[in-house]
Amino acid sequence: MSSGRGIKGFVGDELKLLVQGITGRQGSFHTEQMLKYGTEIVAGVTPGKGGMEVHGVPVYDTVYEAVKETGANASIIFVPAPYAYDAALEAIEARLSPIVIITEGIPAHDTLKIVNIARKYNIRIVGPNTPGFIIPGYTKVGIMPNQYFKPGPVSIVSRSGTLTYEISWSILKQGIGQRLVLGCGGDYVIGTNFIDALEFLRDDKQTEVIVVVGEIGGDDEERMARYYMETNYPKPVIGYVAGKTAPEGKRMGHAGAIISGGTGTAESKIKSFKEAGIEVAYRPSEVAEIVRRLLRR
Amino acid sequence: MFLLEYEGKEIFRKYGIPIPKGFVIEKGKSLSLDLVREAGLELPIVLKGQYLMGGRGKAGAVKIVRSESELDQAVKNIFSLSIKGSYPEYILVEEFVEHEKELYLSALVSKPDRAVTILASPYGGVDVEELARREGALLKLDVDPSIGVSNHHLRLISKFLVGKFDKPLMELIRSLYNAVINDDLLLAEINPLAMLDGEYKALDSKVIVDDNSIFRRDLEKFYEYKKFLTWGEKMAREYGFSYVPLGGDIGIIGNGAGLTMATLDLVAYYGAKPANFLDVGGGASAERIEKALEVLVKEIKPKKIFINIFAGITRCDEVAKGIVAAVDNLNLPKEMFVIRLTGTLEDVGKKILEERGFKVYIDMDEAAMEVAKNV
Repeated sequence: MSSGRGIKGFVGDELKLLVQGITGRQGSFHTEQMLKYGTEIVAGVTPGKGGMEVHGVPVYDTVYEAVKETGANASIIFVPAPYAYDAALEAIEARLSPIVIITEGIPAHDTLKIVNIARKYNIRIVGPNTPGFIIPGYTKVGIMPNQYFKPGPVSIVSRSGTLTYEISWSILKQGIGQRLVLGCGGDYVIGTNFIDALEFLRDDKQTEVIVVVGEIGGDDEERMARYYMETNYPKPVIGYVAGKTAPEGKRMGHAGAIISGGTGTAESKIKSFKEAGIEVAYRPSEVAEIVRRLLRR
Repeated sequence: MFLLEYEGKEIFRKYGIPIPKGFVIEKGKSLSLDLVREAGLELPIVLKGQYLMGGRGKAGAVKIVRSESELDQAVKNIFSLSIKGSYPEYILVEEFVEHEKELYLSALVSKPDRAVTILASPYGGVDVEELARREGALLKLDVDPSIGVSNHHLRLISKFLVGKFDKPLMELIRSLYNAVINDDLLLAEINPLAMLDGEYKALDSKVIVDDNSIFRRDLEKFYEYKKFLTWGEKMAREYGFSYVPLGGDIGIIGNGAGLTMATLDLVAYYGAKPANFLDVGGGASAERIEKALEVLVKEIKPKKIFINIFAGITRCDEVAKGIVAAVDNLNLPKEMFVIRLTGTLEDVGKKILEERGFKVYIDMDEAAMEVAKNV
């Protein structure tokens, strides 16, 4: 019998997490934070550090051993960019899913290969360069601060980190919690984009409203808007786009946040939202106001 | 990072893609016919200003020189031509390549398709955006990089471009694909690709290298990018923050790219003009905050500064210490700051700042409204 905690097509009901790069500064710190939140972390991996323990979690030299010993079924990766490709392949070969890649600065070609290989095995990649995801009341596979999230009906999918916390918090201040908060990642190539997220949230009974936090660069927002319209999406979506004041040709912090050749502008994204019937928030705090109105609370 | 045309062509050459014979002269140097001949060239030659942005043809920075008497003036003219405020540091001097046909060829990392996409057209010399609009003018082929490019891809593209399986062309396409994969390129565009008597030459290059590949190669050693950076932009690289000057009144510092962009937008929403984008990143130290403020004050000279920190892995006490250090060391008036600080160790950060007489905001809208007032 399914407990309904998980989200079909994204994460199962019994998530047993492996932390790759657990002995590093970030890996160790966030392992502790995730444990505090209630995430079931069964193992960590750092090559050469097998036999150690980090916050009570056993460390293995290889993913193969960790999975054999503990039955881990998902992974979060903290290893530095030069080693992230190998780490991700190790997780894919062990058939872990989802694999959340927190690491920033992975070359786009490494990510391309990771994503294409994972797709062949039906494995979900989240990120890279993402804060991860949190399902309040169930699990946190990420680095977001714990206090801005409570169970509720709103799912947030976003290309950024701190802006997502900002918006989650402003929704929470209205007394409304979240079903899923998912960082898709700020990199140029990412494993899970807005359409992917909308697809697995489509039949998720606990999600009533979806917030999409986009930004300049690429056309994930435009494609999502088309998908929303063409598939008669059954739930309301609220859109916010960061970077309305960004100039052409300059990378705004994220590898993927750049307007080039006139594509990727905030205007284009906002226009496509409106045409698709997606409500647009112009300020981060306006998102919470619209959410509240849509939920009639 | 964008490469200059000649840098892109160096990469082409490395992978065996034929390019015109040529050499580069630096700003301040003159060009004589002897120098041209020493490099093995004869008139006519083509002089091409090296810019990081497009539009140089229209601006007149590409010049065919047919006689010795034109040479000196043509060089001077190009060095004095700016495109969007940017002057060329180099001129590429090349042989004039006769050709019968121009093709278009590029390979790029496609974000939406999560593939290495090859684009090809028999109508070169035209922008790819324009080609995409013309029915049947552009072939788009997505290659799965975990499998790689295969002969059938090359046959298909060659047939589309020249109507047959042309060996040299197929090898050239494979070379371009290899360049993109092995040199971590996000884009390698040849437009136009000149064709004469079954031979090909890349007349132009547009190449973007992935900044994230920095651990595999010393990007700054190979490419001229640093020449185009301001002092502030160099500081940003050194101290690990992202910084883009914009030219308004309100200096902005935020943490996280999305939040910082949203901060700029909010300041504009309330009627003021943001002067810059500056994301201090996650877990910023007091030193990084101080350096970020130094860059703003010295390079942007903003009327006010809005610091918007939503601290997760960042600590509010570090941020507060950095602000205080900058104010002391640079003699800045308190009145120019509007500070919004919330999250990890908020109370400690707030205390440090309030003891020095700063007001600390918790709400982002309230702070943005305040900073946009009276500028």
